[in-house]
Amino acid sequence: MDNFLTDNEDLLFHLDTMDLDRIIRLYEDDFSEAGVFPHAPKDVADAKDNYRRTLEIVGQIAAEYMAPFAPEVDATGVHLVDGEVVFAPATAKAWDMMRKAELTGMTFARKYGGLNIPLTIMTMGGEIFSRGDASFLNLGLQQDIGETLERFGSEEQKARIIPLLSRGEEGSAMILTEPDAGSDLQAVTLKATQVADGSWRLNGVKRFITNGCGRIGLVLARSEDREGARGLSMFLYHRDKHTRIRRVEEKLGIHGSPTCEMQFNDAPAELVGERGRGLTKYTMWLMNSARLSVASQGVGIAEAAYREALKYAQEREQFGGPIIKLPAVYEMLADMRISIEAARTLLYETARVVDMKEGMERIVEHHPEREAEYKSEIKKYVRLSAMFTPIAKMFNTEMANKVTYDAIQIHGGTGFMKDFNVERHYRDARITNIYEGTTQLQVVAAIGAVMSGTATAAMDEYAGEDWSSMPAALLKGIERTRMLMEKAILHVKEQASDEVTGFHARRLVEMATDIIIAWLLLRDARHAQRKLLVAEAFVEKMQAKAEASTNFIMSENSAFMKNCKQVIGLAE
Amino acid sequence: MGLNIVVLVKQVPDTKNVTGKAMKDDGTVNRAALPAIFNPEDLHALEAALRIKDAHPDTRVNVITMGPPAAAQVLKESLFRGADFVALITDRKFAGADTLATSYALSCAIRKIGAVDLVLCGRQAIDGDTAQVGPQTAEKLGMNQITCVSDIAELDAKKRTISARRSIEGGFELVKAKLPVLLTVTDEGFEPRPPSARRVMMYKNAVASASNDASYDECYMNASACADDDIIALWDIASIKADPEACGLAGSPTKVKKIDSVVLTAQDIRMVDASESGIAALVHELIADHTIG
Repeated sequence: MDNFLTDNEDLLFHLDTMDLDRIIRLYEDDFSEAGVFPHAPKDVADAKDNYRRTLEIVGQIAAEYMAPFAPEVDATGVHLVDGEVVFAPATAKAWDMMRKAELTGMTFARKYGGLNIPLTIMTMGGEIFSRGDASFLNLGLQQDIGETLERFGSEEQKARIIPLLSRGEEGSAMILTEPDAGSDLQAVTLKATQVADGSWRLNGVKRFITNGCGRIGLVLARSEDREGARGLSMFLYHRDKHTRIRRVEEKLGIHGSPTCEMQFNDAPAELVGERGRGLTKYTMWLMNSARLSVASQGVGIAEAAYREALKYAQEREQFGGPIIKLPAVYEMLADMRISIEAARTLLYETARVVDMKEGMERIVEHHPEREAEYKSEIKKYVRLSAMFTPIAKMFNTEMANKVTYDAIQIHGGTGFMKDFNVERHYRDARITNIYEGTTQLQVVAAIGAVMSGTATAAMDEYAGEDWSSMPAALLKGIERTRMLMEKAILHVKEQASDEVTGFHARRLVEMATDIIIAWLLLRDARHAQRKLLVAEAFVEKMQAKAEASTNFIMSENSAFMKNCKQVIGLAE
Repeated sequence: MGLNIVVLVKQVPDTKNVTGKAMKDDGTVNRAALPAIFNPEDLHALEAALRIKDAHPDTRVNVITMGPPAAAQVLKESLFRGADFVALITDRKFAGADTLATSYALSCAIRKIGAVDLVLCGRQAIDGDTAQVGPQTAEKLGMNQITCVSDIAELDAKKRTISARRSIEGGFELVKAKLPVLLTVTDEGFEPRPPSARRVMMYKNAVASASNDASYDECYMNASACADDDIIALWDIASIKADPEACGLAGSPTKVKKIDSVVLTAQDIRMVDASESGIAALVHELIADHTIG
């Protein structure tokens, strides 16, 4: 039987070598639920075994019930029939299998029917089912919504709603975007009004809502009589006749996932958490969680596309032999594979960092007396999470676009045809660097960390480890790239111009990301000789890229920026 | 209203995934080269039982297998998917059983479980392919049987009747029977569910343990309440009150004289002219070489 976990050597490598011990202890609160719930682990090894077995089930479902039907799901799409969304039959079946496998509440607390699985493992699950069918977003969404509620909802809300999500009885949606509030969510206008009995009513329109048909929704709405972020609150609603799905979008990719336009007509809703914190606290938290999911989606799609391309290049004969022997082709394939492994190591480091933060915050929530013990570490991991999440989202989704693009290229004309899977992967990948914040917004989120020293502090920490067994040239390559980056940062800082910083931000963030990845690949090389090859190849190209970027940043940019604007007729 | 269901399952060598030489030089099956799996059609039978349980939550799904201790793995797999009670029938005296001795032992085990409404099993196992155990078990229990079932059209727990869709050559027939009934299930319907992650965590360490109990249910009724406990019942020849003479080699009239590994070699196809004379010539030829006639 096919299995997308067990057939994936690199994913297994991370599962086997990742340092999860501390995360497990934090999540399990020193195994306090062992014996209370029959499925709770009794020690670290037991928990790890549970994770692996759980991922094997995800791998089985992805390989058997998703991948073979993904072309059909893509062709069928979703339809709006009498105001309700109808999924492709194969999507509905995959969801049913997930329910039967009791995976729909993977990350939720056991007392709400969940499995209390850390985000790192959930992220692996995300990678696996995205490889099966990238349009299968329901599960990741379900976790993000449930966790947000678990984190910020009242005890009563949690006990009432999360078990429904755990059992997969209800689908869910995060309802943020509006026609005039996309990247800029501060502009949200959907109105929340409090009525006499203290409950709330929602009125307005939301657009581009993934899985808007889900019955449980978290809605960002304007509850306060003031503009900007502080006027927004988060609401929980249970979809009924007061919300109409007006249309589902026709999209380039992820056809299996409904993207809804919704109209709220006096829809009853309840406040989540505090008023005025909807965007600044809850949505930000929810969004970061979703960004990690999308980063994993990018890796899953790229993995699927790479496998297709590799197989094709081995089988397709031209000029008297398989095309994989041609330098132009094997370099492309190697680049694909290296960037997937780079993205994967970044993904699981990001997930680990976020898990450390979440795990410690949970402990402090349950044991307020231990706050002092964790305070400084929490601060550190909050900072690291805020940097790692956007760079992983940026790197992995851009990588997915490049890999799927090259996968078509390797197929040649054949890849352009609907008969092969690569064109679907290419279309599906295209949204990943857009939704949950475009790459440009991820850069905005990460540039502060790069300019302020959070990134260099992280690099220092990696550099401080014992690398004596690693090739000196490789270490020198990383150090050299870092010097180039610091030179460029200094130059940009000296300009003291927000526009210059914004203009070069992506180049700077990408350099920092590459350096972090280089360290992570080198760390992986401690466990497997093969990873050294990957690290060497990665560092080689990273240096060349950093050199070009730094040269460009150091050149006379003010003239260039001015030219850019003039070329497109943008007035100064 | 819940039903009491028994599912008969078998651990078989995976004949589709041969990792080495499938047959030993002496012509017997080389089990080491063949990974052991859940007999595919039995998994469909289990799914049929679990769907009945989904619809009638008070239903109890008992899963029984006969085999060596390693066969407990298929019972674990059953627990992972939702079985309430599992028992491994194992005893040296069962060794060498043919379909007759096997169905006898299984019928004794089913009697031990007590009043049963439904017995479900796969149509046939991929190692022997006899399709005899199901029907023979029904005969021994004096139970109605519907073979080659691909779907259950209706199950009326109150009136105690079942209508099953039975695959036959060129179509299907709908057969209605009174409970209790034994169904043998094909792989056309009841697509098996994956294991439940939560139940895997609960039962992954389940081990078989011998019980000298007279009533199995005292120890094992609450299987779902305890993890890591000895929840796979181990039944030997005495505990199912079977006659040793009717079990194992002693109870098996089938004697294997010799096993040949037959290698089929494909030959060129031959086109026959689609005319009366062409067909007549072919029929004549087949009669001549005793293929037909």
